[in-house]
Amino acid sequence: MTTKTKPIPNPIYDWADERLGLSEMAAFARHKQVPVHAQSFWYYWGGVSLFLFLVQCFTGVLLLVYYRPGAEAYESVRQITFVMHFGWLIRSVHAWSANLMIFAIVVHMFSVFFMKAYRKPREFGWFSGMLLLGLAAIFGFSGYLLPMDELSYFATKVGMEIPAAIPWVGTFIANMLRGGPEVGEVTVQRFFAMHVVVLPALFIPLLAFHVWLVQKHGNAVPPSEEAKPAAERKSEPFVPNFLRKDLAMWLVALNVLSLLAFVFPWSLGKPFDPLAPAPVGIHPEWYFMSPFEMLKLIGMVLKGTIGEILGLLLFNGALLLWLLIPFYDSSNQAGRRGRHATWFGLIVILALLGTTVLGYWTLK
Amino acid sequence: MSEQTNFTPNIVLQPALEPGEIRTRRAFMVAAAAAGVAYTAMMGYPIYRYLDSPGEMAASISAVTQVTLKDAQKLPLGSVLMFKFGPSPAMLIHHQDGRWISLTAVCTHLGCTVQYQPDRDRIHCACHGGEYDPYTGVNISGPPPRPLKLFKVAVNDTGVDVSRA
Repeated sequence: MTTKTKPIPNPIYDWADERLGLSEMAAFARHKQVPVHAQSFWYYWGGVSLFLFLVQCFTGVLLLVYYRPGAEAYESVRQITFVMHFGWLIRSVHAWSANLMIFAIVVHMFSVFFMKAYRKPREFGWFSGMLLLGLAAIFGFSGYLLPMDELSYFATKVGMEIPAAIPWVGTFIANMLRGGPEVGEVTVQRFFAMHVVVLPALFIPLLAFHVWLVQKHGNAVPPSEEAKPAAERKSEPFVPNFLRKDLAMWLVALNVLSLLAFVFPWSLGKPFDPLAPAPVGIHPEWYFMSPFEMLKLIGMVLKGTIGEILGLLLFNGALLLWLLIPFYDSSNQAGRRGRHATWFGLIVILALLGTTVLGYWTLK
Repeated sequence: MSEQTNFTPNIVLQPALEPGEIRTRRAFMVAAAAAGVAYTAMMGYPIYRYLDSPGEMAASISAVTQVTLKDAQKLPLGSVLMFKFGPSPAMLIHHQDGRWISLTAVCTHLGCTVQYQPDRDRIHCACHGGEYDPYTGVNISGPPPRPLKLFKVAVNDTGVDVSRA
């Protein structure tokens, strides 16, 4: 394996190489190294997120084959789920993959946070990543309405209260998104356009930028590794060593996804009825549970409009702090600031987990 | 080759050539390829069936042998009624002489839907100017290679039954 063999003359390769620069790309790939250390496991989560996004693109196109937005939305999803062969499976994979993708992105975000991979010169990696997470959440929110069943109707109704809460322009923005003061067939058409055209058009170039930055700066190492002298740090080639393990993780993700989609097929509720009361036990999806519960808690402590405004300020303040962390904890010289950032991350994890558990605990 | 492997130094120097290892690698490659094929098939089959669902439904519709056209007995003389026989368009013509004729409305040339023109007493295809006889379905002029198929027609008090001839 290690012995170099004399290359066999290949005129087709030479022809393509001369025009496309294949050798340069191959040389680039050969030189790319990935650090090896105790925390290397966390390097796979960005790749897993990417894989699940590809699954979303693929299954999304398959769903587009039969989905009809507007007045027929529910009927077309009913057909996909109950009439078309294996339609239930494809819809199930799309829904489960959406959830797993959010989960993978969140794991990826926290691993970046604790490895301090947002420090100089990787600030734009952090910002673009946060933007991608934001877009993924909007993807989830807009996709949730498309079946137009009872749950998606109320989720959208409640969710639209968030843009509506923006001072002065809130009502205007909410009406523009909904296409009027109420969620209806016009809304599903808009959300559809957003879900399949606008969001991918924003997400894909941003994702390319994000991945390009990783190429440019390479993988960040955690501070414990950074402290070691260069000679003691280990690394492995991206091609084929890391790539092989990366693809193995994709396969694991595919298997988990298939199992979930097969064993727990996504349900379809009753068609939406604007006159029906909200069903008992209705609650936000798990990834919206924590902010929902936090606002509820703050509202309990500080009653009335003041509590509401303070809650939103506190919430958005924390979010801004999180987003701007590369400026606060900017380099490995940060010392105490670096430790503060780590504590901040731990508190955020505890708060997210705590409020999510509390949210599900107090459901009934 | 088999003689060479009897010499211990050779095995040490070229472990990649050891017969046992070649077998293992081959077995691994075969297993990996089989797993790859199995995965592709497992994902490909549901996707194929999903995409082919309307095709399968159309196939079950094509099995139709008779269509009942309610109230079609009231069709005026010299006029036509377009309807679907299974998945494809068909026409029921009530001729001026009182004869009832039903044929497929799919041009045998390139599949356009043809039209009955009572004023010129012909079936015409606008796509490439094909013409058919409105009584027999025989291709008279233009590019169509074959006649339009005739259906059996039975008129009664409540409607018209059209069935495969």
